[in-house]
Amino acid sequence: MTVTELVSYDEALATYDPVMGLEVHVELGTRTKMFCGCSTELGADANSQVCPTCLGLPGALPVVNASGVESAIRIGLALHCEIAEWCRFARKNYFYPDMPKNFQTSQYDEPIAFNGYLDVQLEDGEVFRVEIERAHMEEDTGKSTHVGGATGRIHGASHSLLDYNRAGIPLIEIVTKPIEGAGERAPEVAKAYVAELRELIKALGVSEARMEQGQMRCDVNLSLRPKGQKKFGTRSETKNVNSLRSVERAARFEVQRHAAVLSSGGTIVQETRHFHEEDGSTTSGRVKEEAEDYRYFPEPDLVPVAPSREWVEELRATLPEPPRERRNRLREEWGITEHEMQSVLNAGAVDLIVATIEAGADAASARKWWMGELARSANEAGVEPAALTITPADVARISALVAEGSLNDKLARQTIEGVLAGEGTPDEVVEKRGLAVVSDEGALGTAVDEAIAGNPAIADKIRGGKVAAAGALVGAVMKATRGQADAGRVKELILEKLGVEG
Amino acid sequence: MTGMNTDLIKLSAAEIAGRIARGEVTAVEVAEAHLARIEAVDEKVHAFLHVDREGALAAAREVDAKRERGETLGPLAGVPVALKDIFTTEGIPTTVGSKILEGWIPPYDATVTRRLKEADVVILGKTNMDEFAMGSSTENSAYGPTGNPWDLTRVPGGSGGGSSASLAAYEAPLALGTDTGGSIRQPAAVTGTVGVKPTYGGVSRYGMVAFSSSLDQGGPCARTVLDAALLHSVIAGHDEMDSTSIDQPVPDVVEAARNGEVRGLRIGIVKEFRGEGYQAGVMQRFDESVELLRELGAEIVELSCPSFTKALAAYYLIAPSECSSNLARFDAMRYGLRVGDDGTHSAETVTALTREAGFGDEVKRRVMLGTYALSSGYYDAYYGSAQKVRTLIARDFEKAFEQVDVVVSPTTPTTAFPIGERADDPVAMYLADLCTIPSNLAGNSAMSLPCGLAPEDGLPVGLQIMAPAMADDRLYRVGAAVEAALEARWGHPLLEEAPSL
Repeated sequence: MTVTELVSYDEALATYDPVMGLEVHVELGTRTKMFCGCSTELGADANSQVCPTCLGLPGALPVVNASGVESAIRIGLALHCEIAEWCRFARKNYFYPDMPKNFQTSQYDEPIAFNGYLDVQLEDGEVFRVEIERAHMEEDTGKSTHVGGATGRIHGASHSLLDYNRAGIPLIEIVTKPIEGAGERAPEVAKAYVAELRELIKALGVSEARMEQGQMRCDVNLSLRPKGQKKFGTRSETKNVNSLRSVERAARFEVQRHAAVLSSGGTIVQETRHFHEEDGSTTSGRVKEEAEDYRYFPEPDLVPVAPSREWVEELRATLPEPPRERRNRLREEWGITEHEMQSVLNAGAVDLIVATIEAGADAASARKWWMGELARSANEAGVEPAALTITPADVARISALVAEGSLNDKLARQTIEGVLAGEGTPDEVVEKRGLAVVSDEGALGTAVDEAIAGNPAIADKIRGGKVAAAGALVGAVMKATRGQADAGRVKELILEKLGVEG
Repeated sequence: MTGMNTDLIKLSAAEIAGRIARGEVTAVEVAEAHLARIEAVDEKVHAFLHVDREGALAAAREVDAKRERGETLGPLAGVPVALKDIFTTEGIPTTVGSKILEGWIPPYDATVTRRLKEADVVILGKTNMDEFAMGSSTENSAYGPTGNPWDLTRVPGGSGGGSSASLAAYEAPLALGTDTGGSIRQPAAVTGTVGVKPTYGGVSRYGMVAFSSSLDQGGPCARTVLDAALLHSVIAGHDEMDSTSIDQPVPDVVEAARNGEVRGLRIGIVKEFRGEGYQAGVMQRFDESVELLRELGAEIVELSCPSFTKALAAYYLIAPSECSSNLARFDAMRYGLRVGDDGTHSAETVTALTREAGFGDEVKRRVMLGTYALSSGYYDAYYGSAQKVRTLIARDFEKAFEQVDVVVSPTTPTTAFPIGERADDPVAMYLADLCTIPSNLAGNSAMSLPCGLAPEDGLPVGLQIMAPAMADDRLYRVGAAVEAALEARWGHPLLEEAPSL
């Protein structure tokens, strides 16, 4: 591994202008593979979801998965692309053991969707338009596990294990046009683009787009050119950058590395690079001295795809509200700032809050629970909030119990804890744990009397007009009732009994 | 017993099926007669790479049981068939004539195999072929050549020489072939049998090991036009496992074969299909056939299809290009031969060593040609230009079929040549497919049937009939008329003039 002296980010940007290209692969959530009927379910035993076609057995032939084409068209439409009236698949020829046919069925010069754009919103609200070159259909490869080496890469491995369950899973590759003019915000644009694309894919319902599971993978191509120059510099291609944060870090690192090389009079080699999560660096992969020759040619085993205009329009009518517009609408409805909305988005809580509101909660309390207690629980458990065992309906019920005074915040948190622990619905948890606010005036009155009797000095202060001192008595009552009292009501009772106006 | 067996093996498929259906003979007796014939002559002919004795007898017993139970039998129930070793057969070896698949037992049946089984046809075994169907003589088989039953020192054509020889040697009444550039028709021509390349997309390619996907087409081989039609109707028809399969009703080829007629038809002859390289006796029999067609009431129209002269060149760019990609999967990783896996070699090296050892010269030649033709910088000049020629050929056919109902030509320019004669001269070998290749490039249907023996060598000559796509029935209507007229003239089927083995 060569150690690269980096120049500072600001210094790099003072001299150079970054140009980026982002290639994102999305695994579609179709029930079956792109060219055969095998299941796409994750987590099955190795090589249990294979057939003659996806194993590339002699004689086997592919058949196009219509719902894969449908998803591709919907993605294309959502990215404001033109949809090809007639396009073909192509074979991309290269040898690799995890590719059963030793060619990948892909698309080459006739992509299903082309010429679009995606507007992305940066943290401060600025909207940046990323132009889309194309979106095309292809199939995933199998998965190699290299055993015996230190790095998990093929180099140094004693042998490799191959799992073809993934071979043939439909992929959509979405390629941007060169992203120019982002300047110092290039890494932020890269991250925002991938984030926005992920939201869009999820909103379309075509994939869960979980980057950590490889359902969405990003290659970051980046080059620098001296400020004012039109011609692009030589690019590096950082492969498989698989989190939003990593996308930003990889772009930032490459800006600094390129600047260091160029400033010291060196030249950038066109190569693929590996990104390292540990320290955010990239290292050299395969040098592309000359463009690899994939000998593309039209796939003769498949007939062309010719989506009728009627079908395309039908699909257009199924498009969801664009995520960015939806977020802005919700932000206004909820009355929160851009920054707060961004936090909700980052927490993966937008849809949960919407569903909680739909289940009857008010916006403020829905957001409060999902962004507070529940975000924390999810974080501790290392899962997305949506994966928690509590439903938006549960959260709405808890909000309602608080609103009617049956629960206070502390009791509500305990109720949530119970629901998360699998103890039942909010009402069942309240019942089982005996969490209801003590609203029995008699019991409460006794507790208040005891608190006054036990703290005569404080009682006197209150009688003397120091209403603020009531807090201490409230605390004593809450302690006595193990928190199960409505603090507001307790205070009212104390003041009432001591004959003071609140 | 011997006498009866001799009778059985010489019967047509239609006749065998009739006798089984009427209970005059059992399917097991028919299978045993053919298995005995294979036992007796195949050492000399070498038509088969694998004989599935047990499977054949089990299938035959099942047919007999069905008949006993009073179930309706299909038109070919109990008739034996020889399957070219390119169709996958579950549990039965499939080698494609290559060392690289030696010992591979497919886990699935080709659609053609499945349809044959569903029709209660009895599969005798797998026939020899040029490796990956690349060749015109069956000499490129990794398992040794096949002899032509007319003269065992000569080739039975190729790539489907095992299938054509099995018919001419009376080892099977029906056989399956595949035709990428003439591999059904040219072997039929040089063995005095009938072979049909259906319209591209007419017969499913699922489970047919690919040579050149856009050209490959499975089809029937038989000793009579009617038998070919019966087999055609069993194997043809839409298959959702093959995207290129045509979703339309199969033309009624059996009805056409039963009602041969050329009266009133316009029949084209292409002036580009004669001249240098055509054997005199081949042209003589062809010209006589044209004269016969005229006598039978057809109108003969002379046509020019100038692009046909470029067909061979275009074919030898398109077919190798596709094969270079289709054969990439033979990498020693998942099935078939594996060489050099001794713990010291990388996967890449094992792949290279296996392909070096497992592929024959002709396969390597075509993989290299195709890899080159598809390379960046050469693609437009080679693959691209070849596709343009292909379009021109399709247009020439279109224009021809505006003027005529079918086109006829010699099937192949010469009769069967001696084994070894062209083995070191690929271009001479390629010329055997001069007349058959245009129909593969255009995708239309074509048939070869016997039209006599060349006077100079006494070997069979084939007449090729070409019809538009999805007009396969015309082949059978014309073929049946020609067959009937010629057999009336000869007094017997041509094959009866073949020496006994």
